[in-house]
Amino acid sequence: MNDFWIILEGILVAVSCGLLGVYLVLRKMAMVGDAISHAVLPGIVIAYLVAQSRSSFFTLLGAAMFGLLTTFMIEVFYKKARIQSDASIGITFTWLFAIGVILVSAFSGNVDLDQECVLYGDIAYVPFDTLFYGTTDLGPAPVWLQAINLIAILLLLKVGHRGFFITSFDPSFSSGLGIKTDVWHYVLMGAVSFTVVLSFNAVGAILVVAFLVVPPATAYLISKRVETMMAYTVLFGVLSAVIGFYLATWWNASISGSMAVAAGMLFVLVFAGKRLSVKQRKNPAISQLSTDS
Amino acid sequence: MIGCALIGAGASAVGVFSFLRKQALVGDAVAHALLPGVALAFMVSGEKSIWILFPGAFVAGWLGLLSIDFISRYSKIKSDTAIAIVLTIFFSIGIVLLTHIQQSDYGNQSGLSDFLFGKAAAMLPSDIALFVLVDLILLFLIVITYRYLKLYSFDPDFAKAIGLPVKGIQFILSSLTVLAVASGIQAVGVVLMAALIITPAAAARFFTGRLSHMISLAMLIGLISSLIGVYISSLAVSMPTGPWIVMVLSILAILAFIFAPGKGLLQRSRRRLKHQQKVRNENLLKLFYSLEEKNPERFYSRPKLLRSRRFQGKELEDLLQKLEKQNILQKEENRYGLTDEGREEAKRVVRLHRLWELYLNERMNIAPDHVHHDAEAIEHIITPELERELLKDLGYPKLDPHLSEIPGIKDMQR
Repeated sequence: MNDFWIILEGILVAVSCGLLGVYLVLRKMAMVGDAISHAVLPGIVIAYLVAQSRSSFFTLLGAAMFGLLTTFMIEVFYKKARIQSDASIGITFTWLFAIGVILVSAFSGNVDLDQECVLYGDIAYVPFDTLFYGTTDLGPAPVWLQAINLIAILLLLKVGHRGFFITSFDPSFSSGLGIKTDVWHYVLMGAVSFTVVLSFNAVGAILVVAFLVVPPATAYLISKRVETMMAYTVLFGVLSAVIGFYLATWWNASISGSMAVAAGMLFVLVFAGKRLSVKQRKNPAISQLSTDS
Repeated sequence: MIGCALIGAGASAVGVFSFLRKQALVGDAVAHALLPGVALAFMVSGEKSIWILFPGAFVAGWLGLLSIDFISRYSKIKSDTAIAIVLTIFFSIGIVLLTHIQQSDYGNQSGLSDFLFGKAAAMLPSDIALFVLVDLILLFLIVITYRYLKLYSFDPDFAKAIGLPVKGIQFILSSLTVLAVASGIQAVGVVLMAALIITPAAAARFFTGRLSHMISLAMLIGLISSLIGVYISSLAVSMPTGPWIVMVLSILAILAFIFAPGKGLLQRSRRRLKHQQKVRNENLLKLFYSLEEKNPERFYSRPKLLRSRRFQGKELEDLLQKLEKQNILQKEENRYGLTDEGREEAKRVVRLHRLWELYLNERMNIAPDHVHHDAEAIEHIITPELERELLKDLGYPKLDPHLSEIPGIKDMQR
């Protein structure tokens, strides 16, 4: 039963991250996802220090605020200080992460957080954090939270599909239509920070990015429409969660790490397959063969 | 401590090149990609001597760089996504290996995770010796290949066109990046290594446009922040070194963004304000001049000035009082008029405006009713030298396209 919950949590994280990641990849903002996942650390620590509890509500709030702050700071560095965009991303997240680590070490006496947990996460403990209704065991709380978040993301994508779509592909056209590009930008970033934080406990900072970027990028290789890209993303996300889990039990290693490795293997497979088919198409002898038959 | 300073300086120098090629985040990816190399080197050798782990890290970092290049070249994936993919996949492989090591029977594996977060205090003298050696090699390489690197960073296409070995230069630059990251990683950790590469270069860019100055300045910034960071972290017991170095670095950089002369935020906004002020002053002078052209009077009341709809009440009041103090306007019974000095200045602005209109009309073939707007903007910018050229080119004309007189031409002809 525990295995079931772990895999389910992995799938939920993979799917919710992947769906948002589709837009990050399309907007060429993959590294912003990486930046957010690091920069929410001080938010979590500060929320913990203020609220004196590790309750998910406060951590979520603090981290989501820092996620938005990150995107805001990147914009400010880019637009006001005119630093090229990749450098502004780098400066922002390293600085915020440094603040986070300093806070953790300064208050390490009374903070029940450690750096390694933040970086790797501990999905293996997910099943033990159970939720009870009366005396009925409803299953692990993180899984429930993640499921609610996934539903929220699905709703958001459904409602905002047009906005996200147009602002991703042609920002100047969309502002010409009177669609507020900035608003959609911050809505997306808010959703990303929220999901990143929620997934944090389970898979850790860097592996969140793996789920945000790798399945959508894999899907991007083989799809031409956003809808197909999303469908493939979900498929690859689920596959990597399942394969990753069994990889981890077989090799006795970090579960979340293995899930990311599985996502990577899928990417390499699809990449190689795509390369082969492109080469075949370019090779006149083979294309001749296929048209003949 | 000296080791740390040198590492900071070395990474900053290399960072300048990756910053200029707009590949700042590649350093971040390389830092993460080192991890599997370190873990594998440990698994194979069973030792955690830095002399064995370092080559492992170097090879893995190189592989990471190559894969980024490969992915973005041979598919439609953009380079930022390629960086993120390589970063996360390599890092997760590293994590898997690391947890595998921890759960298996490898004995003295503790300390491997120092690589992740950086622990300058845990470095042995022999480690430091290696890093110093690496950094010296780094600096030496930069010095001897400086000219090629410079050309390549600013204009790779040109470098290729004149027959430089672009592939070789790229190879050197990538090796430099990997070396710098690998040498710094134990001091500041995987995540924060990116800061040592990016931040000093970005800060130095605000002060200078010359590559050699930029490198030395970035190195200085890296050096100073490493020293201060190490010092601060030595004050408290459990304080990590890396984050403090990054903290100092970021604060220095932000100070640079705000206060740097020329490109800093403060100076730029001051310049903008000054320009806006100038535009407003000159517009008011123009208003007086055009009123004088139509009326025989010399002094105008506030309602009359406001009727032009060029100024708001409050704005006009401020301007009037300020220009009166500067002896450009004079006051008579609550009405304002130009002084002689003010009239000369007003003539100059109007002359520039009309000259430009004429120029656009005659030389650029733009219809007379389309030239006003452009002239409105340019009249505040044209320098005396440009004015002389315009006059000469247009043959000291008397009238503008709207048949108004261009004032002060006679004086200029002399």
